[in-house]
Amino acid sequence: MVSAMLAARLSPSRVGAVVGRNVGALRSGPSYWLVLVSGFFEPVLYLLSIGVGVGALVGDLRLPGGRVVEYAVFVAPAMLAVSAMSGALAETTFNLFFKMRYAKTFEAVLATPVRPLEIAVGELVWAMVRGSLYTAAFLVVMVALGLTRVGWALAAFPATLLVGLAFGGAGMAVSTLMRGWQDFDLLSTGQFALFLFSGTFSPVGEYPPMVEVLVGLTPLYHAVELVRGLAIGELGWGLLGDVAYLLVMTVAGLAFAARRIHRTLCV
Amino acid sequence: MAVAVAVVRGSVVGLCYGPGVSEQPLVRARGLVKRFGDFVAVDGIDLEVARGEAFGFLGPNGAGKSSTMRMIGCVSMPTSGELRVLGMDPVREGPRIRARLGVCPQLDNLDPDLNVRENLTTYARYFGLSRARARARAEELLEFAQLQDRAASRVEPLSGGMKRRLTIARAMVNEPDLVLLDEPTTGLDPQARHLLWERLFRLKQGGTTLVLTTHYMDEAEQLCDRLVVMDGGRIVAEGSPRSLIETYSTPEVVELRFADEADHSGKLAGIGRVDPLPDRVLLYADDGDAAVAEVHRRGLAPSSVLVRRSSLEDVFLQLTGRTLVD
Ligand SMILES: Nc1ncnc2c1ncn2[C@@H]1O[C@H](COP(=O)(O)OP(=O)(O)OP(=O)(O)O)[C@@H](O)[C@H]1O
Ligand SMILES: [Mg+2]
Repeated sequence: MVSAMLAARLSPSRVGAVVGRNVGALRSGPSYWLVLVSGFFEPVLYLLSIGVGVGALVGDLRLPGGRVVEYAVFVAPAMLAVSAMSGALAETTFNLFFKMRYAKTFEAVLATPVRPLEIAVGELVWAMVRGSLYTAAFLVVMVALGLTRVGWALAAFPATLLVGLAFGGAGMAVSTLMRGWQDFDLLSTGQFALFLFSGTFSPVGEYPPMVEVLVGLTPLYHAVELVRGLAIGELGWGLLGDVAYLLVMTVAGLAFAARRIHRTLCV
Repeated sequence: MAVAVAVVRGSVVGLCYGPGVSEQPLVRARGLVKRFGDFVAVDGIDLEVARGEAFGFLGPNGAGKSSTMRMIGCVSMPTSGELRVLGMDPVREGPRIRARLGVCPQLDNLDPDLNVRENLTTYARYFGLSRARARARAEELLEFAQLQDRAASRVEPLSGGMKRRLTIARAMVNEPDLVLLDEPTTGLDPQARHLLWERLFRLKQGGTTLVLTTHYMDEAEQLCDRLVVMDGGRIVAEGSPRSLIETYSTPEVVELRFADEADHSGKLAGIGRVDPLPDRVLLYADDGDAAVAEVHRRGLAPSSVLVRRSSLEDVFLQLTGRTLVD
């Protein structure tokens, strides 16, 4: 129903124009490429230092299902989910805030037939283009290091897209509420907390029960569960719950962001 | 005031030209109000703009010109009152209306991440033009704005006049039926301003309907068939530039400056309406030279004397008691 509602109100050509604007901006800004490339290396470095380095100390790990895997096999999908999250957030937080508040990019767009929701969707699609480059490259690294198989990597890829959509939507929603640059410090602190406590480095079963419940409410936990389940081939019905969580996050984030763009700029 | 406006209207009807008489107006407002919190920025205005017309809003800072323009541009919703743009309701049909509008906002909002040409092509894409059509249109508009040799440049290093021309060119990208220009020439040097006037005049000749705001009387006189004077969110007068001058001023104005600070109003009484300003005294007269002769005959010795044609500036002063650009 939601998707039908969205489809009825969205013009693909206008969403495409919003995406095209970002492609043009990327092409004419040389320094931007550097930012793009650095976004890829961060999770790879974590994988190498923690997955492989710390993994040598930790040894193997028993999954809840009983299977025993190398520590790096356990950590790599989490880094993949983190990479999908950061890729989407990079585009939808700082950049979006700048376009909305400083560069007046959206103000100019809103004088055309393009609607706030089409801006939000276009920005999200663009964030996905950027984010999926990271995750695709990361999956190649994982396959090369023998941390997953090609088949499971192909299954995990769409899951990383969903993770990107969910965090991109949420990132936009949060950015429209930002009052100034200092609020972004809060955002990155939050992002780092998620990074540490989402079952990324150890199974959540090893957290105290209260913490486990709390972690179960946070988005990166569901992202990690979904991506890990697919990447290591441990499928279960619980993954559908993760998918539902991320879908709701996507749609709610988009709708909220579109509303806020309208509220802020159409006064 | 209601009476005054009615009288002005009466004299204006005959001046409306073109096919607009039977056709529905492109813009129609009745009791249009815009409030920001408790503050009333637009306080119940009525207006109609006919197809092919060049219509102006004239008024000082804070008069409510931009607020009105943004409502017509369907990016700001009226607080109350009725508004129809191109016969449609901005609240329900914003995207359809905006598809046929060209908007030049008061402050340039060109895209700093794109070059000059891309600013045009990208904007064209927002209106659904094909890539090929967008490129072709961009070339036409680069010529229109005389920016061909800066096409590959970023926007930041352009001069103010170039940016303004680009913003106006960008507003033309969809071949709009109605173009909204909010202070198109503010901040430009006289040469740049004249170039822009010439460009806007060409558009008008081509049949495009223009709605513009300005602080400048000469601009309004140059470009507008009809205009309203706004002050404090209300329309205080309406008519053609000529008819406003005829109603609210005299054909000529004498500007007198005196070396001393004394009040000379008394001695000037009876020659014509006298308006003492901080730096000069204005004397409204049917015949300026005759008025000057009378000033000298009365033994006054102004340090400088200027006889000029009356302008909308004088109209504004007469209507509101304040000079326009302060
Ligand atoms: N978004 C807003 N929030 C609050 N007040 C506003 C807002 N926009 C405009 N105003 C107020 O409404 C009044 C009219 O503003 P507006 O911009 O329409 O004037 P203007 O005639 O265009 O003036 P100027 O010649 O300076 O551009 C001003 O007092 C302004 O402070
Ligand atoms: Mg204004």
